[in-house]
Amino acid sequence: MTSTSLDVERIRKDFPVLSRELPGGRPLVYLDSGNSSQKPTSVVETMREHLAMHYSNVGRAMHVLGSESTEAYESARDKVAAFIGAPSRDEVVFTKNASEALNLVAYSFGNPACADPRFTLGPGDEIVISEMEHHSNIVPWQMLAQRTGATLKWFGVTDEGRLDLADGVVTERTKIVSVAHQSNVLGTVNPVADVVALARRAGALVLLDASQSVPHHPVDMAALDADFVAFTGHKMVGPSGIGVLWARGELLEAMPPFLGGGEMIEAVWMDRSTYAPAPHKFEAGTPPIVEAIGLGAAVDYLTGIGMAAVEAHERELTAYALDALREVPGLRLIGPDSLDLRGGTLAFTLEGIHPHDVGQILDDRFGIAVRVGHHCARPLHLRFGIPATTRASFYLYNTTGEVDALVRGLHHVQKVFA
Amino acid sequence: MIGESMYQELILEHYKHPQGRGLREPYDTEVHHVNPTCGDEITLRVKVGDAGRIEDVSYDGQGCSISQAAASVLHELTAGSTVEETLSVVDEFTRLMQGRGQVEADEDVLGDAVAFAGVAKFPARVKCALLSWMAYKDAVVRSAAR
Repeated sequence: MTSTSLDVERIRKDFPVLSRELPGGRPLVYLDSGNSSQKPTSVVETMREHLAMHYSNVGRAMHVLGSESTEAYESARDKVAAFIGAPSRDEVVFTKNASEALNLVAYSFGNPACADPRFTLGPGDEIVISEMEHHSNIVPWQMLAQRTGATLKWFGVTDEGRLDLADGVVTERTKIVSVAHQSNVLGTVNPVADVVALARRAGALVLLDASQSVPHHPVDMAALDADFVAFTGHKMVGPSGIGVLWARGELLEAMPPFLGGGEMIEAVWMDRSTYAPAPHKFEAGTPPIVEAIGLGAAVDYLTGIGMAAVEAHERELTAYALDALREVPGLRLIGPDSLDLRGGTLAFTLEGIHPHDVGQILDDRFGIAVRVGHHCARPLHLRFGIPATTRASFYLYNTTGEVDALVRGLHHVQKVFA
Repeated sequence: MIGESMYQELILEHYKHPQGRGLREPYDTEVHHVNPTCGDEITLRVKVGDAGRIEDVSYDGQGCSISQAAASVLHELTAGSTVEETLSVVDEFTRLMQGRGQVEADEDVLGDAVAFAGVAKFPARVKCALLSWMAYKDAVVRSAAR
């Protein structure tokens, strides 16, 4: 096994699913955490316990259960704020996923309800994204460009899978630069400081899609120095149905509400309303209460392990996997083949074999779960001239033995299609 | 190990040596179908002759072994048949594919296409097998409407 300070065997016991057998007696080899991670017992139990014994609506119920629920929900916000080094807990907005967080920010631009000049957007103004984005950081901006007449531009991607911060993409007309912190396909970790510097010079705001970074690295909002950061709970051992938007407080104050409804208001008349301060202004309706509490438990779990240790473990696995995959004939890695500024996500093609066939045989014969397809990053695949890739993504519970299983599986796939 | 039985020798054979692949002239109708969940795509042309007899089905596309082999088998099965005959094969193939593995295939109607029976147990792959067949159905229906 690996030699990091992480006791992987003990960690694996925290995730019941990792010791289950698949039909036919195959063990599970879960290499799809970049898609969605598995959940430790502590998260499952925290959610079960809350649903069973403390559940009620939050914020508005004036009874014991209401106050216990509110306390647990708001304390999850405190935990998330501490986990990401947010200067204030009120800068942590719960959404249903990262996509909602990204849409929420996009909705603030070119919106007549927001007079702040940083958010005005119209014909001639520019939105900048990149070619390596997940569809959730592309489509909301296409929709915004369509609504406002603004121009959508993007950074290209180099052959090695790095962001190409070419001159002329960000200009003085750029209002927002929105890029992934870590690519969900390439594994590339983008140079945030360089992106922020470019944007600042142009007077543009910066949004980071941190869905693939917050689960795997120590991430600190103050150090990143972005304006908005979006991520999701289900990729960081938490439940689905809960995501997070972090934004600088004064920006949240300037932004218009995204969804209207209960709990996001201060006062309502028949013809107008005033709004609650952030974060509640952005949390209309009954929120995903138990999911937020589950995310709090996930953050506790990861904090207990230590994000530096998680990062180091994945780095070691990635180094091992890069070496092992190099030995597979006809395998083309899509993304950096060095450990430099890269996370534990490895996408590749096998010559002459479609990724769906690779994934099918890996799963069916060896119980190896990988993701196949374009991973919601079709433009990136077009950039590399391929329709799809096979992607293995690692997390704190993966082992070098599982990497070996993957390599054995790939050799077998090649035998079937030889 | 069920999945490997999905990769019948006949399917792999068609995948490695596709029959009738490549777009050809003349044709009556050309259609382009995409499977948005996996990005598989096919462009398919149909030339119908006298008395509704299929003169050529030509195609080009990209995708997994199942989708590519299905197009190749389709090409073979349609050659020399009438539109009406081929549509009843398409219907039987569709019934087999959508049967979740519970449907007994009619080998007399399906011929080589019976090799795809194992695919029906994998809902995620059914669309792969059906891609070219649905494109074909679309093409002949449009061709008839001309």
